[in-house]
Amino acid sequence: MASEQEILSGLAEIVNEETGLPTDSVQADKSFTDDLDIDSLSMMTIVVNAEEKFSVRIPDEDVKNLRTVGDAVAYISQAQG
Amino acid sequence: MTATARRVVVTGLGMTTPLGGDVRSSWEAALAGTSGAASITDSWIDEIELPITFAAQAAVKAVDVLTRQETKRLDPSAQFSVIAAREAWKDAGAPEVDKVRLGSVVGTGIGGIWTLLTAYDTLRQRGARRVLPLTVPMLMANSSTAAVSLEFGAGAGAHTPVSACASGAEAIAYGLEMIRSGRADIVIAGGTEAAIHPLPIASFAAMHAMSTRNEDPQRASRPFDTQRDGFVLGEGAGMLVLEAEEHARARGARIHAELLGAGLSADAHHIAAPEPAGLGVSRAIGDALRDADTTAADVVHLNAHATSTPVGDIAEDHGLRLALGDDLEHIAVSATKSMTGHLLGAAGAVESIFTILALRDRLAPPTINVDDIDPDISVDVVRKDPRPLPAEGQLVGLNNAFGFGGHNSSLVFRSV
Repeated sequence: MASEQEILSGLAEIVNEETGLPTDSVQADKSFTDDLDIDSLSMMTIVVNAEEKFSVRIPDEDVKNLRTVGDAVAYISQAQG
Repeated sequence: MTATARRVVVTGLGMTTPLGGDVRSSWEAALAGTSGAASITDSWIDEIELPITFAAQAAVKAVDVLTRQETKRLDPSAQFSVIAAREAWKDAGAPEVDKVRLGSVVGTGIGGIWTLLTAYDTLRQRGARRVLPLTVPMLMANSSTAAVSLEFGAGAGAHTPVSACASGAEAIAYGLEMIRSGRADIVIAGGTEAAIHPLPIASFAAMHAMSTRNEDPQRASRPFDTQRDGFVLGEGAGMLVLEAEEHARARGARIHAELLGAGLSADAHHIAAPEPAGLGVSRAIGDALRDADTTAADVVHLNAHATSTPVGDIAEDHGLRLALGDDLEHIAVSATKSMTGHLLGAAGAVESIFTILALRDRLAPPTINVDDIDPDISVDVVRKDPRPLPAEGQLVGLNNAFGFGGHNSSLVFRSV
């Protein structure tokens, strides 16, 4: 079980790996599309990697609700719990 | 070529090869007679038993040049094409051009095979959910062309000739037509390949197409030599910036050479074996010379396809004899695959660049490892050391590239 802070930093590493964005730019209030300019293919790659890293399942129908980084952190935290 | 057709010049060159990470280092190594072949040391060579354990791998790894994100989003074949295209574009002076007048044409023989097979391993071992969403855009044969088109905003058209080992040369021929026909003013054209993977090695070995000289990789690629026993698998990319002459002159561009013409033919004989009399090869060369509005009498240099296979080199020799006849006496023939190995879909582009550099420097590169020339080879092979070409006047040279499937291409360049 990871804390929300650990999930955030893990997610930031995944986003950095995929997009090159600095990890400190990946903050809870940032929108994946509007702030981080992540397209749908990159988003799906991030989801696949996050599922692996956090041992959770994020169904495609839920991905569209993950608007911000914080949404994803909360989702992963809940899925782990 | 009709009298009104636009003339096409080469204003930029780029490559990454087993001899070097750019044009300068590759060309210097070629003139020095260096082999790019070596035993494979990647971990997979110990995991799968293969009959061939060496190759001519890129001298500079793509991961050492590109960003981590670029290497994750591009198949190795597209990585090489982007590296070579960036060098060519910079070499051309990063020209100002209307993006809808800029085209990209990148040939590949095999495409994104590393991505395809790695993804299949992931699917079998870890399930569909673990297959990454970029798998298709990375494995598709046109991924290298698309990467170049995206990088430079080339909107006039992005095309991917696929004709095995003639692909890179066909790309240049296609680029020539795009400019002649008025569809584009500049075209980034070339070829790429990254197929040093256990499956292609096993497959080519099953055809007995590759040299098995595991104990002596640097002497394995030996076109025209009696002891040749197949090609050596290479990898890399070559890219040319082709430009309408008036466009290049208007911006004061440095011109490397003129691309005078192209000839393409098909053997329609066998899926892999060359037509032994060289009829298709001869037609491609003859058509190229006519398209270039020149004759064999003007040709001083030829970079042969010459892969070092027992039958292929002889078939090419026959085709050269048919097309060029007694003019072969004044044509210095080089087989740079003796040093680079066979770059498959990149071969025709890399060797076109070597042809241009030979005309520019008036120096034909050597063919290494020709210790005992095959008595059935009739052409004048440049062996061991580079050979000076005529010191005066503009020089005309040919590049040949042929591919499994019976594809033949010949390109004609002239120095400025």
